Amino acid sequence: MIRFENVTKAFGSKKVLRGLTLNVPKGTSMVIIGGSGTGKSVTLKCVLGLIAPDSGTILVDGQDAANAADRDAFLARFGMLFQGGALFDSLPVWQNVAFRLLRGALKRPAAEAREIAIDKLRRVGLTADVADLFPAELSGGMQKRVGLARAIAADPEIIFFDEPTTGLDPIMAGVINDLIREIVTEMGATAMTITHDMTSVRAIADNVAMLHDGVIKWTGPVSEMDNSGDPYLDQFIHGRAEGPIAAVR
Amino acid sequence: MGRLLSPLALIGAMTLQAMAMLGRISLFTVQTFSHLFRPPFYPKELAIALLNIGWLSLPVVGLTAIFTGGALALQIYSGGARFNAEAVVPQIVAIGMVRELGPVLVGLMIAARVTSSIAAEIATMKVTEQIDALVTLSTHPMKYLVVPRVLAALITVPLLVAVGDVIGIAGGYTVAVKNLDFNAATYLQNTVDFLEARDIISSLVKGAAFGTIAALMGCFYGMNSDRGAQGVGRATKTSVEAAAILILAANFTLTGVFFSV
Ligand SMILES: Nc1ncnc2c1ncn2[C@@H]1O[C@H](COP(=O)(O)OP(=O)(O)OP(=O)(O)O)[C@@H](O)[C@H]1O
Ligand SMILES: [Mg+2]
Repeated sequence: MIRFENVTKAFGSKKVLRGLTLNVPKGTSMVIIGGSGTGKSVTLKCVLGLIAPDSGTILVDGQDAANAADRDAFLARFGMLFQGGALFDSLPVWQNVAFRLLRGALKRPAAEAREIAIDKLRRVGLTADVADLFPAELSGGMQKRVGLARAIAADPEIIFFDEPTTGLDPIMAGVINDLIREIVTEMGATAMTITHDMTSVRAIADNVAMLHDGVIKWTGPVSEMDNSGDPYLDQFIHGRAEGPIAAVR
Repeated sequence: MGRLLSPLALIGAMTLQAMAMLGRISLFTVQTFSHLFRPPFYPKELAIALLNIGWLSLPVVGLTAIFTGGALALQIYSGGARFNAEAVVPQIVAIGMVRELGPVLVGLMIAARVTSSIAAEIATMKVTEQIDALVTLSTHPMKYLVVPRVLAALITVPLLVAVGDVIGIAGGYTVAVKNLDFNAATYLQNTVDFLEARDIISSLVKGAAFGTIAALMGCFYGMNSDRGAQGVGRATKTSVEAAAILILAANFTLTGVFFSV
């Protein structure tokens, strides 16, 4: 269970999060939606300590994320797909995917790590022959999927996906949506996914939260999303230019 | 703008900024060394860094040293001729190369070659979130990126300096023997007799110090890069400037330590 309590974060004079409060129950899939630049990626990075919140607390199973006693053990529970992929361009694809399995606490023999990497690549719709390519030799969508494979490589308990289907063709997006759903239902992982793709939201989410103006404007089960009566959410899910959310931000 | 044009305010502001930066660099240095001996270690990263910083710098170091040694011999010969002291060429070439030019030129070449590439690489990793990705994969960027590079520079740059010293002396020797009619055997004998252990030790110590500075500056400015392509460019430029200045300042200090008695 991940609990955000009144989290705030500003960059200089720009207030991005203004008291974000949200609960993500264990073993469920939470999808965060919201306009571009509203702080969705920042929210995920705050949990991992990549960005330090100005105030408020983030609890992961009751443990304060900011002062985890054993940082390595804390981070070992997470997998993260970065919005830009963030692949290590000096390493071939399979070593990117198997990064965690090649060093540190989860280290195992290289041949076994490679097996696992190739298996995870297959799950994101990539064949074994990309394993020895370098990230720069892949298309944008392929890089994204390698990032996804890396995020799930060590079977983490909590997985963050920052726009997993952006830049993918509709069929591949469907494959990824199924994969995320499967990871949550079959492996019991807790997932937080950021996406702008409403098809994806419906396919992945147990719960949806909408971030606007630095706070969660609406949150609830995905089934209640369509008749929430919330003008912000309605405008967003129907993609209307007119409404309470200004089109120019 | 008014502030920028007022020289006193500008000097004051720049001094404060430089002090703050020096503080952060010192902290970064202390952190790096504190990670040096604590596991996990990344031997493969170290091997790559040794190759990049040490082995692949040899051509540049060799060429720099040979031309400098040759020019030095010509200068000392023509300068020495003004008071009939042409014979000191081997001694002065040896001392000049080993004590000063070897370490300083190798240090500056390393700053140009290694500092810039480290800074650009790490800064790019920073702006493309690869450093963040490292953290989420339970890998300490300091241990994985900084320690191997600094350690590799600390190990290899003294060796590069030694190579540079030898090649520089060889450059002087070649010019002296081929163009200035020195006797080959005497030249070598004079060189060997004249050099003291202190000269060589100071050369190697300088190499270690300059190598460490060069790698640290690349890592520091890379890790603290601003976002975007401009950020990477600025980090690279500043890292080389800082490395060069600190190397020259350290050289002055170390020369004082070794030779002011
Ligand atoms: N490291 C940083 N330094 C300064 N500002 C930042 C930093 N990271 C994010 N921001 C700012 O915080 C705001 C929110 O950024 P964030 O990346 O979280 O947006 P987002 O909701 O993920 O948008 P998108 O859907 O476009 O990815 C943006 O205005 C951005 O400029
Ligand atoms: Mg984002």
